[in-house]
Amino acid sequence: MAVENGSIELAGIVKSYDGTIRVVDGVNLRIPDRAYCCFLGPSGCGKTTILRMIAGHEDPTHGEILIGGKDVVGLAPVERRTAMMFQSYALFPHLNVRDNIAFALRVRGVGVQERRKAADAMIEKVRLTELADRLPAQLSGGQQQRVALARAAITGPKVLLLDEPLSALDEQLRVQMRQELSRMQRDLGITFVHVTHTQLEAIAIADIVVVMEKGKIKQAGPARDVYDQPQDRYVAEFLGGQNVLTGRIERIDGDSAVIVSPEMRDVVVPLGARRAASTGDRVDFAIRRDDVDLARPETGGDGARAKVPSRVRAIEYQGNFVKVILDKIGDDELIAYVPDRVFYRDPLSVGDVVIAGWEKDKTRMLA
Amino acid sequence: MTDHQLATANVEPVPNRRLRALAPSRGGRPWTFYVLATLFTLYVIALYGPMLCIYILSFQDVRGGLVFPMRGTSLHWFVDLFTQVRTGDVKGSFSRSIRLAIVVTIITVVISFMSGLAFRKRFAGDSVVFYLMIGSLVAPGLVLGIGVGLICNLLGIETSWYTTALGAQLSWTLPFGVLVMFAVMSRLNNAWDEAARDLGASTWQTTYLVIIPILAPGLVAVALFGFTLSYDEFTRTLLTAGSLNTLPLEIWSMTLNVTSPSLYALGTVTTLISFLIIGVCLGTIARMQKRRAAGPAAH
Repeated sequence: MAVENGSIELAGIVKSYDGTIRVVDGVNLRIPDRAYCCFLGPSGCGKTTILRMIAGHEDPTHGEILIGGKDVVGLAPVERRTAMMFQSYALFPHLNVRDNIAFALRVRGVGVQERRKAADAMIEKVRLTELADRLPAQLSGGQQQRVALARAAITGPKVLLLDEPLSALDEQLRVQMRQELSRMQRDLGITFVHVTHTQLEAIAIADIVVVMEKGKIKQAGPARDVYDQPQDRYVAEFLGGQNVLTGRIERIDGDSAVIVSPEMRDVVVPLGARRAASTGDRVDFAIRRDDVDLARPETGGDGARAKVPSRVRAIEYQGNFVKVILDKIGDDELIAYVPDRVFYRDPLSVGDVVIAGWEKDKTRMLA
Repeated sequence: MTDHQLATANVEPVPNRRLRALAPSRGGRPWTFYVLATLFTLYVIALYGPMLCIYILSFQDVRGGLVFPMRGTSLHWFVDLFTQVRTGDVKGSFSRSIRLAIVVTIITVVISFMSGLAFRKRFAGDSVVFYLMIGSLVAPGLVLGIGVGLICNLLGIETSWYTTALGAQLSWTLPFGVLVMFAVMSRLNNAWDEAARDLGASTWQTTYLVIIPILAPGLVAVALFGFTLSYDEFTRTLLTAGSLNTLPLEIWSMTLNVTSPSLYALGTVTTLISFLIIGVCLGTIARMQKRRAAGPAAH
């Protein structure tokens, strides 16, 4: 009867509050047991609604939600074996750390001694033993987060749902707590579903990244796939690190297209998924910013490389690399991440004319 | 004038003037502070002076009269208050007022809390309900009292302090209670309910384990409002209390026929009781907040 493992399956999930606008619009997804899955998207893309539907705080308008192979639509959160960590943690302000964590046991009728013991064991796990008698208002953001985590985990859920868990923390703490979440997920051996609008957070922590836009999944897969091989302009731009350029196919040359635009000539891009494209089509393609290198016009290059003449518009030092912002190509930004050491061998300055180059097989056609 | 004097006269006024511009008076306070402080002192004297006169005059001895100067000091008029029949039914009206105030407080707290919960979500006609409730705050108390009296007369209901007066007082305390409750409720985060539900709490458990403890200081404030408003209420009660008086009505009738300082003694006693109740309530709120802010929790 009870849910025994934390695999999640969303089948044709639709959510609409008013019958016309679909906040979630036909989402299908499988999340394996014990995976760390991040839903990534801008605010209003439906990611939190999906989380709340998995948690049982909202019901889908259409579709099925299976946890551990069992349809859970209509069941209470406890019956789903899910637990949720709320955005602002929602710790009970009148209860100390121990009683907050023991709350779930209290409402189940577990005796005082027993639930305190269980809570203390959990407190130890999240390293808050000295603070067990404090009230939430007396804790720092990071400590509050650990209390929220312990409170959610005490009932032994199979799925933990985290709604923007790091957004209330400052930058340094965010990186630290990210590692802590990762560690807890391995320790507990359960599925984590984490909602965020920060791409760095998602790719740093998740096994599966799900990129969403307007209630639909744009791309789902391992973090590296999503970052390195975005399927379309939206995903590429949202995850960042890519130049997304637009041009017209001048001719098809075997399994590659030769693309031109007012600023670019003879840029060769493998057709990849766009096998059906034909001469004259307008297409988007992506090239990672760290795959773009910059040369002075006088130095020659070899023929296998794309070469785009441009000019340096701005330079930002980033520590381990230098962000060189070039003139736009049409409406598209062209940016090169040049390794620190390479850049300072022959530093460029704003206004310099450069040739931006990249290898043909580093480019990727977008849908 | 010597050269030296000239030099100082020329040099010194400049920094002095600059100093005055930055800090207009010695000790760093601007002159407006003293004006406002004087104004405030006068206000406080005007506010409490008349009451203080009454408290002081209530401690005269047996020769005491209704006006200054003081004639001796004793507790004579306090004893007189509770023993002499001619001063009126102080004991009876006092106990009626306290009992009435307790009932009004309980009803006010319960209904204000429930309407606070109801108004957490928007519902059809919510603003109509809200304005209907607030409307009775605006209605003149005496007119409302006359209306209640008229209707009871029409329906053949006998007015008494524990039925019609109770209703008339609630028309006054409930809107107040609800308004205070709204302010208190605005601090209640919906995520707490959801978190409780997520952890397996039933609606009932959420209410008494989460919502009521979080709102407790606010509920005490509503109770305080309910009690003091009822205990003091005059205009609405006047025509609805029937044959037996509440304390404010009794005091009023005493001002018409009692000509001894026991009237003042009564004023002193009722004020003390009001302060006692306010003190207890504020103390309770302060204790709750201190417990919450400074932990560690006792249990």
